[in-house]
Amino acid sequence: MKVRKDYLEALEKLKSDVLTMGQLAKESAKNAIDALVNHDKALAAKLIAGNSLIDQMEFDIENQCMRLLALQQPMARDLRTIGTCMKIITDFDRISDLAGDIAEIVLKIADEPYAKPLIDIPRISEISQGMLDDCLAAFTTGEIEKLMDIPYRDDLVDALFGQIRQELMVIMIENPRTITSASHLLFIALHQERIADHACNIAGRVIYMVTGEKRKMG
Amino acid sequence: MNKIETKALNVYYGNGAVHGLKNVEMSIPANKITALIGPSGCGKTTFLRALNRMNELKGAETTGEVLLDGRNIYSAKEDVIQLRKKVGMVFQQPNPFPMSIYENVAYGPRIHGQRHENLDKIVEESLRKAALWDEVSDRLEESALGFSGGQQQRLCIARALAVNPEIILFDEPCSALDPISTARIEELLTELKQEYTLVIVTHNMQQAARVSDFTGFFLMGELIECGRTAKIFERPEDKRTEDYITGRYG
Repeated sequence: MKVRKDYLEALEKLKSDVLTMGQLAKESAKNAIDALVNHDKALAAKLIAGNSLIDQMEFDIENQCMRLLALQQPMARDLRTIGTCMKIITDFDRISDLAGDIAEIVLKIADEPYAKPLIDIPRISEISQGMLDDCLAAFTTGEIEKLMDIPYRDDLVDALFGQIRQELMVIMIENPRTITSASHLLFIALHQERIADHACNIAGRVIYMVTGEKRKMG
Repeated sequence: MNKIETKALNVYYGNGAVHGLKNVEMSIPANKITALIGPSGCGKTTFLRALNRMNELKGAETTGEVLLDGRNIYSAKEDVIQLRKKVGMVFQQPNPFPMSIYENVAYGPRIHGQRHENLDKIVEESLRKAALWDEVSDRLEESALGFSGGQQQRLCIARALAVNPEIILFDEPCSALDPISTARIEELLTELKQEYTLVIVTHNMQQAARVSDFTGFFLMGELIECGRTAKIFERPEDKRTEDYITGRYG
């Protein structure tokens, strides 16, 4: 006999909504860098407009979590799942906000040549996309092996960010007329680095959801 | 420090036809609340009643050991009357005697030989410990049967306390009470553990989670898992425990 059918369906819906929100946030982060690389102001504007959906999802998912906590008194893995959902939706929301901030910068700088060729910023983006992909897969399947090297990937992102910052400082010192454009790129790199930090938070939470052990992942 | 330890504890009913408890090995720490949870018929009440040899009253056969402060309560030398004085019990339905509040509490100490002049003090202390004194101090001669269910249950706790036990066993003490009376009993339990070792059987998992320090999960006569309550309810080790507390057992 299957017991607590409605409850189990509500839990499945919660997980499915969180996954959708995560995919949207990840897509936002990817589109932000695509818009930057391709000087694509239309894509940047579309991304900014789409962020309100993610904001709405955060409210909606939080309500689902509160309702389940209040009415169903979840325990054990269910409790950890709901706790994880409540935490990681904040990370997803912050990722989409950071992507929005990048898109805002793109709208300002897309018509001009950039202060330097884009090499490391897309690399950071690729790494953080991979981190988010693995987090979402682990959230869905409960298989957490691929999350184990997340701290190493975060170190790589930090190192790349340090390298970009160094490079942009040199460009700005050598040619002060690039300060505006270079500082825009510096902020984009910083936002990318923060997205990877959020991926670390998510990885830690997903590991907790699956194993019950809290781990700092970056 | 453990107050009670059970070793290979087995209980059989109906001339051995029903194996109610199967090789239960469990430790019950002193001055803590240990909750016993599990589906109906899992053996949790049988285990509780094994701790003061109450199962014998139903003709059950017990093997193995229950060590109270290291001494086996099932040894032939054990004085069962003294044991049940030391290990008190509060039942599911409040069951006050059909007599006054005072006499309900004084009854136990009196039959255990307490002198008349000590009884007033014992009654007051017991009622105070059971958080009932302020409500009944001016009505001690009234019949206990006229009080609410929650008050009657606290009276039964006072009655158990009056004979100066070391351990109190609670068999679903709140199942017949409303939420406010339940909250009072739960608050009382957390106060009582400073002085006593408490073991509580409950069907209400939220209650087990709220009040207990340790939880044991029973299934079909076996102790499946036992540990700190926070761990049992956040990350149990056994899938059967997880299935039960998440409501997937059935």
